[in-house]
Amino acid sequence: MTDLLTPVLSANWADDRPWRINNYERRGGYDALRKALDMQPDDVIALVKDANLRGRGGAGFPTGMKWSFVPKDNPNPKYLVVNADESEPGTCKDIPLMMASPHTLVEGIIIASHAIGVSHAFIYVRGEVLHVARRLQQAVREAYSAGYLGRNILGKGLDLELTVHSGAGAYICGEETALLDSLEGRRGQPRLRPPFPAVAGLYASPTVVNNVESIASVPSIVANGKEWFQSMGTEKSKGFTLYSLSGHVKKPGQFEAPMGITLRELIDLGGGMRDGHKLKFWTPGGSSTPLLTAEHMDMPLDYEATAAAGSMLGTKALQCFDETTSVVRSTLRFVEFYKHESCGKCTPCREGTWWLVQILMRIERGEGVEGDIEKLLDLSENIGGRSFCALADGAVATVTSAIKHFRSEFEAGYTTPAWELFPYEKSALFEAKPLAAASEHAGAQQKVGTH
Amino acid sequence: MTVEKDEKKGQTQPPADQARPPEELVTFSIDDIETSVPKGTLVIRAAEELGIDIPRFCDHPLLDPAGACRQCMVDVVDDGRGRQMPKPQTSCTLTAMPGMKVRTQYTSPVAEKAQRGMIEFLLINHPLDCPICDKGGECPLQNQAMSTGDGESRYEGEKRTYPKPINISSQVLLDRERCILCARCTRFSEQIAGDPFIALAERGALQQVAIYEKEPFESYFSGNTIQICPVGALTSSAYRFRSRPFDLVSTHTTCENCASGCDLRVDHRRGTVMRRMAGNDPEVNEEWNCDRGRFGFVSGRGDDRITTPLVRRGDELLPASWPEAIDAAVAGLQKAGKDVGVLTGGRLTVEDAYAYSRFARVGLGTNNIDFRARAHSAEETDFLANAVAGTGLGVTYAELERAKHVVLVGFEPEDESPIVFLRLRKAMRKKGLKVTTIAPFLSRGSQKLNATLVSAVPGGEPQALASVDLDGDTVVLVGERAAEIPGLLTMVLDTTGRSGARMAWIPRRAGERGAVEAGCLPHLLPGGRPLSDPAARVDAQAVWGADVPARVGLDATGMFNAVLAGELGALVVAGVEPEDFPKPRIALEALEEAGFVLSLEARESSVTARADVVLPISLLEERSGTFIDWEGRERPVHNVIPKKHVMTDGRALAALTDALGAPAAPRTVSAAKAEFDEFGPWSGNRAAEPRVAGSTAIEVGPGEAVLSTWRDLLDDSRCLDGEDALLGTAQRPVVAMGPTMAADAPEGALVEVSRGQRSVTLPLKIVENMASGCVWLPAHARGHNLSTELEATAGDLVRLDMIEPEASEGDGPEGAASVSTEGTK
Amino acid sequence: MSGFKSYFEKSGGIDVADDATNLTDEHREEIRQIAARYPQKRSALLPALHLVQSVDGRVSPKGLEMCAEELGITTAEANGVATFYTMYKRKKAGKHHVGVCSTALCAIMGGDHIFETLSEHLGVGNDETTEDGSVTLERVECNAGCDYAPVVMVNWEFFDNMTPDSAIRLVDDLAAGNPVTSTRGAEITSWREAERVLAGFDDGRTDEGPAGGPASLLGVEIAAEKGWKAPDPAALPANDTEGESK
Ligand SMILES: Cc1cc2nc3c(=O)[nH]c(=O)nc-3n(C[C@H](O)[C@H](O)[C@H](O)COP(=O)(O)O)c2cc1C
Ligand code: SF4
Ligand code: FES
Repeated sequence: MTDLLTPVLSANWADDRPWRINNYERRGGYDALRKALDMQPDDVIALVKDANLRGRGGAGFPTGMKWSFVPKDNPNPKYLVVNADESEPGTCKDIPLMMASPHTLVEGIIIASHAIGVSHAFIYVRGEVLHVARRLQQAVREAYSAGYLGRNILGKGLDLELTVHSGAGAYICGEETALLDSLEGRRGQPRLRPPFPAVAGLYASPTVVNNVESIASVPSIVANGKEWFQSMGTEKSKGFTLYSLSGHVKKPGQFEAPMGITLRELIDLGGGMRDGHKLKFWTPGGSSTPLLTAEHMDMPLDYEATAAAGSMLGTKALQCFDETTSVVRSTLRFVEFYKHESCGKCTPCREGTWWLVQILMRIERGEGVEGDIEKLLDLSENIGGRSFCALADGAVATVTSAIKHFRSEFEAGYTTPAWELFPYEKSALFEAKPLAAASEHAGAQQKVGTH
Repeated sequence: MTVEKDEKKGQTQPPADQARPPEELVTFSIDDIETSVPKGTLVIRAAEELGIDIPRFCDHPLLDPAGACRQCMVDVVDDGRGRQMPKPQTSCTLTAMPGMKVRTQYTSPVAEKAQRGMIEFLLINHPLDCPICDKGGECPLQNQAMSTGDGESRYEGEKRTYPKPINISSQVLLDRERCILCARCTRFSEQIAGDPFIALAERGALQQVAIYEKEPFESYFSGNTIQICPVGALTSSAYRFRSRPFDLVSTHTTCENCASGCDLRVDHRRGTVMRRMAGNDPEVNEEWNCDRGRFGFVSGRGDDRITTPLVRRGDELLPASWPEAIDAAVAGLQKAGKDVGVLTGGRLTVEDAYAYSRFARVGLGTNNIDFRARAHSAEETDFLANAVAGTGLGVTYAELERAKHVVLVGFEPEDESPIVFLRLRKAMRKKGLKVTTIAPFLSRGSQKLNATLVSAVPGGEPQALASVDLDGDTVVLVGERAAEIPGLLTMVLDTTGRSGARMAWIPRRAGERGAVEAGCLPHLLPGGRPLSDPAARVDAQAVWGADVPARVGLDATGMFNAVLAGELGALVVAGVEPEDFPKPRIALEALEEAGFVLSLEARESSVTARADVVLPISLLEERSGTFIDWEGRERPVHNVIPKKHVMTDGRALAALTDALGAPAAPRTVSAAKAEFDEFGPWSGNRAAEPRVAGSTAIEVGPGEAVLSTWRDLLDDSRCLDGEDALLGTAQRPVVAMGPTMAADAPEGALVEVSRGQRSVTLPLKIVENMASGCVWLPAHARGHNLSTELEATAGDLVRLDMIEPEASEGDGPEGAASVSTEGTK
Repeated sequence: MSGFKSYFEKSGGIDVADDATNLTDEHREEIRQIAARYPQKRSALLPALHLVQSVDGRVSPKGLEMCAEELGITTAEANGVATFYTMYKRKKAGKHHVGVCSTALCAIMGGDHIFETLSEHLGVGNDETTEDGSVTLERVECNAGCDYAPVVMVNWEFFDNMTPDSAIRLVDDLAAGNPVTSTRGAEITSWREAERVLAGFDDGRTDEGPAGGPASLLGVEIAAEKGWKAPDPAALPANDTEGESK
């Protein structure tokens, strides 16, 4: 039996200055690169494919398979772009990884570039995390100095440039095609597919976009083999991964475990819910994944079980809310997020989130009108699956799942303000007075109207 | 003769490797109707073919698909591999696949609900101001809301509002409240025109179309965005609040502004044209036109319109009756005997040009006829006779699109034939066309064509052309300005002849190609017949029933010189602007000196003042005819404004012919066309190629430069009189030079350009890739006509002086410091 | 709809009326350096706009125009990009940017209280700057620090597990110019210096701060305590290991 926690990516985080290259190397860092450079590129792809590493950015697409889609006969240069935009509410795993051990990512990038035939790779890191940008930039400088980047890497003939690129505040740039437009210096709006990035991505050239954790997992697979990777996890969801526990738990944090750990186990590791409170609802993989309730606590957190429960594993961002929380409030705040982050390109997302927020606001104020819940559901149907990209699907997932599990709270919003039913100060982690602005709470107006 | 042939029948010998393979077809069904379409066809296009109407906003067949509005959703019950697609799909981005089964709103409740939901979303923030909206009555959103939308709005929130319309150029206004963010306008500007001066700004619910406030939407093609806007968000200053679509009568015709040959839809209300829009002709202009063609149509409305014949009595031109005027004209012409010259200009329909060609030979017994109211040369005359006249439909738009390489010689397509520019840009974007330009620098237009510059100071073009690799897949496009450069047209024929490259001559004006075909040249008879060939004269005699003088006539310059030398007694002038000649002073003097001047024109001009008899001619919109575009394709001119008594040039000339006692001329446009067509193409030997050597490079001393110049699209043309909103979007006149020559002077510093005693002062613009020793100025910018101000044309040497800021108020020379020039050997 | 604002007077672009700038040819050269990092220069637009902010304290008209010129795009395109991303400011920002996470989780855990407290304490609303120019207060979206909720960002450095009291202390220290250090980052300099780092120019502070806060290290520490590890590759049930024999 494997242990409950299996630190691989996080194994060196508690080391002394693990972000420095010599400290990373001291633990065997870049040995996997040496090994990979002695392998044929196709063998590296096969290894990652056979290990059954699935993308950790949310969709869970097999990483090796994605690499193998890059056409060999396309004369254009090929690019690897690491998606380090981590902006999905609740998701907070890539940032600590890059902060503590950026070289794990850099090493993964070099190996992946060798496998795919890339000579220029990019890390697109969201702009709002300064210290991560610093650590990445320094790691890249160090890797150049050490001969892991640049021309003729380790004398094995591989040439690779790596550019760290900071974004500027837009959740949608985590969507891979919007990310590519953004990286090209454009508005971060999603592109039509097909063509898929593997065929025509960055600068219309074949491009692989992978999440930070996906790429960072590669060196360990090369070092330890596919059987090792497959020895962890459930039947179809293999390997280890980072689970991010947050919310009303005593000790939130990052837990690297084999696929399939349960929320109950994680909450236990986090010392339980905060004293005197119990779990009310949670998201398995960030705010875009339909919320679940306490009844799902023993479900294995893998791709298959979460799907069977009507949700998604997503980014394994477990946001836990206790019974003090108003679902109407949380739903409104989630939808406000999507409204604020909607890129504006397509009608249902742009106009639909604008409308949803207005209805949710009046329900929050206790001024909902008969039929509002049906309207929310009907509008959600007209938004979800009708939009250009999956952002809007995430927006309506929060609405429909909240109504599914907590319909009566929305009904109560026809008569009673949410803050009366669930005094907001009770949800705060500190002693607090009632919010003065609660009755005219207007997050949306402030977030949309100004920049 | 007919010059238009069906291009698809392959009369234009497509290179062998371009014979296209039979198209692969895909069979699938929409609403259970099976159809076969070429592989790659979008479902929305296939539905159109079947007559199934799928609502849409962002989709436009000539723009890259966006899938933004989500209005065109359909239900794919079988993706062709037996699987139902889980979500409805946008038919404007969905490629038909074999065996696919698509259901539209007519057969699928899912599609129907998706569409209804979408229109509801689009309307929540749309002002319901249809009654005062220009688009009201012809608005896709309004129509959709009626057919697809719910009667009652479920929206109870507040609408997103913006301050009312803002000018995004002097010509175009934007009403952001009405905008549904389909991005047609921004995609047009970026993809088709290459002028992304409008772009989406902000994001989410606040997304909007925007300019950068300091850089307005000054694109030659901006009007197309108004036309393709599916709501009334974009409107034009010119048409705003002027009329309602149901009051308008539409007529299709051909644009008279250049030789591109655009189909136009002209809308008039009670005898006044209210607006002009691009017609849809896939072979020619597709669905676009340029702003000059769209907005430039009010020039005939000024009080300078000539409404009655005028006859000079003493110093005064006095109104006269038509018979009086015809008598006076005949008397004047007869007094001049056979020594008459005819200047026809470049704006006539082919029927009118033919009437002059015939009138000169039959009525006046002379070959002194020339249509070129611009720089011209004997070399050009020979070139036109050898390689253009009577060649029928030559290189076409479609062939430009298929070519691998296009070389521009003395030709700036964006300024001189905007639709050619658009087609080249399309080919560059979609088919990887390579464009090479032989020019002193990469103009704005050339940059948008991604063109390679083969740098040439005016005069150096023949040599530059000789250095370019041409082959059978190359098309060389020569502009009318090639006539300014000795040896250039000779070199064009030389190099294309040797390499098998194809060649097309693209003049600026709508009537030039027709004038060449009609024989408005001193040594050419209709249909490209060389005057020198007796058989050609026999042909003409047969049609005209009159002898054709055999002596080669004078070209325009020759005529002016002959007048000034006392060798030519009279001039017949057809709406020509003397200011368009390279030396307007000479032209005006000749008109002054000529014993007799007969002018046929619609508006008062500097010719009117010097004329002895003036015959008022109707505006183009008041009559019919034919233009021949640069391709050699006949383009119909239709009568837009019905008028009872219309006097065309041809009709007036027929009256004169009668009065002169010559064999009768056709009196109607159709009779003139029929007679012209009788000539048919010339099958005899073609006139010889020109043989002119290039000139040697001129010495450029310090403070001097060789002048390069051409006319911007939006220039001081009299056709644009009264178009202030349009002219507000014109390029500002500048002196463009390279960084070395500009030395340390900043952009915008005033530069005095002089030649002899004449000078012009304009702000400096630095152009990185300007050929060394060269300077560029616009030829006819508003308020700055180089021909009058400098008497200079391309290739002339000019002097440059920087004006120190203090001195810029008036007295130039004192404050002037010499500009550094590299000087050429 | 009480409080629902639907009229956006200022939206649409960079404020061209304020043409003050400190940009020089050196910065133009730096924009070129940024462009050189990419196969196509337009890619440099986002970092170049960060650089502009580091010099002018906002996206100044001059900066926008310089970016457009150097990167070969129109000013309308540059404006479209600059107004898409929330990190670009159209009016001069304060010395420090204080972002209170207001997305659901942080808001509920106390972020709304923190924002309200700071707003009252500083006397400014969302996206407004204090009179002394020391702080610009803004509601920000989820900053990927959910395990440290409620989170406050100062110049895009983490301040974890905040309370209204600690937030007041923080902004008071910033205003007073007292040294302030991020819980998971470096000592605070200024928003503009931070923007320069985002443009890709090193400020020598990478080695400051820890590898991670307690939440980041929680799992590793528990594993260490319990002796939990990933399996030993050498001790796997002995199947074939051809994949690694190379
Ligand atoms: C709205 C939206 C936001 C996303 N944000 C992120 C993100 O921040 N980080 C990420 O890695 N993937 C994100 N994704 C998923 C990416 O599109 C893409 O699937 C992923 O980067 C692929 O990497 P992987 O195959 O390694 O998982 C997002 C997707 C959507 C639709
Ligand atoms: S769903 Fe539409 S508007 Fe929303 S982010 Fe995606 S493309 Fe943009
Ligand atoms: S017409 Fe198809 S999405 Fe707009």
